[in-house]
Amino acid sequence: MSTATVTKATLLKDLRMEWRSKDAINSMLFFSLLVVVIFSFAFNPTAEESRLIAGGLIWVAFLFAAVVALNQTWARELRNQVLDAYRVSPAPANALFLAKALGNFLFVVVLEVLMAPLFVVFYQLRSVGPVWQLIVIALLGTWALVVNGTFFAALSIRTRSREIMLPLILFPISIPALLAMVDATTSILTGDSSPNFWMKMLLVYDVVFTAVCLLLFESVLNAE
Amino acid sequence: MKPLSLAFVLFTIVLLGFSTYQALFVAPTEQTMGDVQRIFYYHAPTAWVAGLCFFVNFLASIVYLWKRSLDADALALASAEVGVVFCTIVLITGPIWARPVWGIWWTWEARLTSTLVLWLIYVSYLVLRRFAAGSQTPVLAAALAIFGFVDVPIVYMSIRWFRTQHPQPVIAGGEGSGLDPVMWHAFLWNLLAFTCVGIVFITLRYRLQKLENELEAEHARLALAGGTR
Repeated sequence: MSTATVTKATLLKDLRMEWRSKDAINSMLFFSLLVVVIFSFAFNPTAEESRLIAGGLIWVAFLFAAVVALNQTWARELRNQVLDAYRVSPAPANALFLAKALGNFLFVVVLEVLMAPLFVVFYQLRSVGPVWQLIVIALLGTWALVVNGTFFAALSIRTRSREIMLPLILFPISIPALLAMVDATTSILTGDSSPNFWMKMLLVYDVVFTAVCLLLFESVLNAE
Repeated sequence: MKPLSLAFVLFTIVLLGFSTYQALFVAPTEQTMGDVQRIFYYHAPTAWVAGLCFFVNFLASIVYLWKRSLDADALALASAEVGVVFCTIVLITGPIWARPVWGIWWTWEARLTSTLVLWLIYVSYLVLRRFAAGSQTPVLAAALAIFGFVDVPIVYMSIRWFRTQHPQPVIAGGEGSGLDPVMWHAFLWNLLAFTCVGIVFITLRYRLQKLENELEAEHARLALAGGTR
């Protein structure tokens, strides 16, 4: 079986399950909605202030929400020994990883598309810089969070306190990505500086960590 | 303890005493900063040892994934723990130095922030090791160690984009930089002493971990031998 076939089959299965249950997307949506509301109580910003802090708020909200979905990634595969079955099958390990990462990427992108208008309304955002760059940053940044998140979810599923473990190992490694996303978003919203450096940084981060994930996933999947 | 390593421990203790003497009494007092500058003789060498430990951790993790040797894993654990201890010392001595010299305990500047993030990454590594279950711990930990080490240059690059308040590299930092020769001596003695301290700590921790591994293997063997108590 080729990697592409297995990836496609697993991805479609995950998407179909998500389409029927809507577990991940609903919990992420409600979670990030709560974060939006709580942040606006906590900081009570004016339109001018919120332009300065919105980059941080948006990405922290998405990061926390993504953890909710990432934690569920491997749980159902563990329940019915699907992972064990996968280990003994001749299917390439990286196909499974890619399918899971792509699935999470799609879930978080859908979340972002649904939540972005709400952020604009609640924080009275108006971008000074070019908006299309925000889309590039969102895609690069989401992949940065999700690729490592999917990998670390596979690590944390094997520990004693599964759900707490993921953010503890994901957040420190993700600091440069988060810094890049927040700063790039803020520099576009305020139009003060160019986000080019941060976009390149995100691209490097994505390439490097996708490579590391693909290199190491098989060892982690087969860890006894 | 083997005589050779006992000799090395004694050598390290003597060396540490000598280098402390060098730092506190022989090295001249810095012109603008005064005596507080002497913390430099501890701050910089401990930072070096922390970096060294994390590098050893990275190499040992790769060796573990490649050869699956529990000894490599023991070395990875030992070096990460010692590295976190030294990194903590760097993060404590830094603010003690910064307060009188810069007037603030902490600033979100490139090298300080990078060091803090480095510390966070390796603390998360130790947390993972503590919570991971049984025999899969080494694989999971080794994977995270590689992620952590690969992240270090990216962290440094991204945080450097902010302005830097930390002094430019004093050693080999171009025109106008450089230490007084006597300061150089004191610094190098301390660098050597603290490197030896790091080696001693890692060795002791490594042996302890090997003993623990042996003990665990022995327990497993006894259980397999059918000893129901």
